[in-house]
Amino acid sequence: MYKLILAIRYLLKRRIAYFAVLAVALCVFIVVVVMTVMIGLVSSFKQKNHDFVGDCVVGTKSLVGFPHYEEFMEILESEDFAAGVSPVIKSYALMNRQGSEPVGVEILGLDPLRHHQATGFGRTLRYHGDNVAKAFEPLQEPNLPGCILGSDVLLQWDTRGYSVHCFPLTAKGALAQLGTDVANTKMFYYSDSSHSGIPKVDGMLVYLPFDVTQKLCMDGAVKRASAIHIKFASEVRLKDGCGKVASLWQSFKQEKVDANQAYLLETVRVESWKEYRRESIAPMENEQIEMTVMFCFVAVVVVFIIFVVFHMVINHKSKDIGILKSIGVSSLNVIGLFSGFAFLVGLAGSSIGLLSGLFFLARMNRIEDWLFKHFQWQLFDRTIYAIGDIPNQAKPKVLVIVFLLAIIVCLLGAIVPSWQAAKQKPVETLQVNQI
Amino acid sequence: MKKDDFILKADKLHKSYRMGMMQVRVLKGLNLAVNKGEFVAIVGSSGSGKSTLLHILGALDRPNNGVVTFESRDLSRMRASELNKFRNKMVGFVFQFYHLLDELNVLENIFLPAMTSRSIVGWMACRKWARNRAYELLAQLGLAERARHKPYQLSGGERQRVAIGRALMNEPRLLLADEPTGNLDSATGNGILDILERLNKAGQTIVMVTHDERIAHRAGRIVTLVDGKIEHNSVNLRSKT
Repeated sequence: MYKLILAIRYLLKRRIAYFAVLAVALCVFIVVVVMTVMIGLVSSFKQKNHDFVGDCVVGTKSLVGFPHYEEFMEILESEDFAAGVSPVIKSYALMNRQGSEPVGVEILGLDPLRHHQATGFGRTLRYHGDNVAKAFEPLQEPNLPGCILGSDVLLQWDTRGYSVHCFPLTAKGALAQLGTDVANTKMFYYSDSSHSGIPKVDGMLVYLPFDVTQKLCMDGAVKRASAIHIKFASEVRLKDGCGKVASLWQSFKQEKVDANQAYLLETVRVESWKEYRRESIAPMENEQIEMTVMFCFVAVVVVFIIFVVFHMVINHKSKDIGILKSIGVSSLNVIGLFSGFAFLVGLAGSSIGLLSGLFFLARMNRIEDWLFKHFQWQLFDRTIYAIGDIPNQAKPKVLVIVFLLAIIVCLLGAIVPSWQAAKQKPVETLQVNQI
Repeated sequence: MKKDDFILKADKLHKSYRMGMMQVRVLKGLNLAVNKGEFVAIVGSSGSGKSTLLHILGALDRPNNGVVTFESRDLSRMRASELNKFRNKMVGFVFQFYHLLDELNVLENIFLPAMTSRSIVGWMACRKWARNRAYELLAQLGLAERARHKPYQLSGGERQRVAIGRALMNEPRLLLADEPTGNLDSATGNGILDILERLNKAGQTIVMVTHDERIAHRAGRIVTLVDGKIEHNSVNLRSKT
C-alpha cells in the first residue's frame, strides 16, 4: 500500500516527473496520429487495389494473351465459390483528339457488367454507376462506340471523339500487320470517367469494350484474353478460393496440352489480388514497416528519457530509500516502489497522449481544411495522394498496443535506476555528511 | 546480572572502512551487553565509532568480525528477509536529522512501519488499528493537532517527536537513537530526552548515542567509547535516583 501511496505522491510532487509524463504523452500522441494515418492510407490503398482487381486473377503479363479462356470461364462459372468472372484484354495504344498529338495509354478491354460483378468497377464510374451495362454508351449519342477514360488521363474532353491506334499481335508475339497498316485505328467517344483512387490506373488507363479491343489488339482465329478476374462468394476465404482456382487451372492446362496455341497457357499464373498488385502495394507496406521501425527508435528515446528522469529522482530520493530500509523495507520492495512510479508515469503519459491523439485525429480534417482555406497548405497533396479525407479512424487494436507498449517502455527505462536504488545501503544514504 | 536478561549483546565487534588507499579501523573488538529495560548512553568523540556501533546493533550494517545477538539470536545468521523483519518489528530508529518522508504527512509517517510490513489486503484489515495506534502516539508526544501537517511545516523538536512516534509504531523491543538532540536547541533537546526517559520508565529499552556528556547523564548507564573500544562502562547513579 505504501508503494502505491509513495509512487502517487512522487508523481504529483516531483516536477521532473511531469516532464517524463509529457515526454511519454508526446511520443504516444505522435505514434497514435501517424500510425492511424499511415494504416488508414495503406488499408485504403489496399482496398482500392482489391476493388480494382477482384479477389483472384488468372492471367499473363504477356501482351499476346492466352487462348481457351472462354472454356475455363465456363468451368469457373459452374463452381459455387465463384460469384463473378470477367475476361479482360490489356494492351497499349496511342490515342488522340482530332488535330492533336497522340498520347500513349494503357487500354483495358472489358465487358462492363461482367467486370462489375467481378470487381468494384461500377463504383468507380462517374455517370453509369447505376447502370453499368450501358457504361460504353456516350450520354449524348448512345449508338456511338464509347470509351471510359481514367479520371486523370491527360486528354481533354472532346465530343468529336478520340482515335485509338492499337498494334495487333499474333499468337507468336509478332506484329500482325506491317507497313502503313501496322496499327488498327478506331474512333471512340467519351462515355464516362473512372476514378479507382489508384493514381497509376487513373492516370493511364482507358477502358474499351471487350470484343472491340480483342479485334483491335489480337490477331488470329483463336480468341485470346489477357486475364480473367474472379470474385469469390462471400463465405469463401481468399486463400481457399485461390487454391481452388489454381487447382482447376492445372487440370484445365493438362486437358488442353494438345490444343491449338496451348504453349501460351504456360505463361498464365493464378494469383490473389494481393500477389497480382504486389508491385503497387509493397512500397506502401515497406513505408509502413519503415515507419514502425522509426517508432521503435522513438521507444528507445523514451526508455532513455525515463532512465535519466528516474536516475535523477532516485539520486534525489536516496534519503527516502535509507529511511524505508531502516524500517525494514526489502530491496525488492524498493524496486517495486520505483517500478510502480514508472508504471504511473507510463499510465499517465499514455492516457494523455492517447486522448490528445484521438482528439486531434477527430479534428484533423477540419484543421487541414482550415489550413488549406487560409494558407493553401495541405498535409497530403491530393494530386499525389488519391484520397478525400485523411484517414483518421484509429484502430482499437493499435491503440491498445501503443498504450501498453508505452507503459512497458517506461518500466524498461526504470529497471536500472530502480535496481541501483535497491542496492543503496541505508548506512551510506543516512550518513550525516550525505544530508 | 543473569545471562537471560540481555536483550542485546555484542561480542568482539570489529569494523573497518576503506577510505581511498587507507583501511580505517572503527571498532576494535568491542564488547557490549544491554539489559531489558535499560537506558544506555554511548558517548565518545567524533569518529570514535558510536554511530557505526549503533548501526551494527540495529542490523543496518554488518561487522567484519564479531557477533551481535538479539534475544539470543545471532544477527549474522539471519537471512535478508529476517533482518528486514527484525528492523521492522524489533527495533526502532531515531536519527539526528529525523529522516521523515517529505511526501507523507505526520500521521502517515508514523504508521509507515505498520504499513510497510503488510500487503494491501493485510493493511486494509489492520488500518483502523494502525490509525488508532498512530493517534495514540501523537497524543503521547503532544502532536495530536499536527496529524495532517507535512514535515516541512513542523519545528525541529516536533519532527524529532514524529520520528520517535514512527520508531515506536510497531512497539519495538529496542529503541536506537543516534544523536536525537544533536540538531535541536537545548530546551527542545531536553523535551526529547524527557520523552525518552518517560518511555524508559515505561519499560522501553533504549540505546542512545551522543557526544554530549550532559545528555548522556540522563541515561541509566553510560558507555564511553574511545578509539573503537569501550573505555568506561558506568552506571549513572544520578539517573537511578
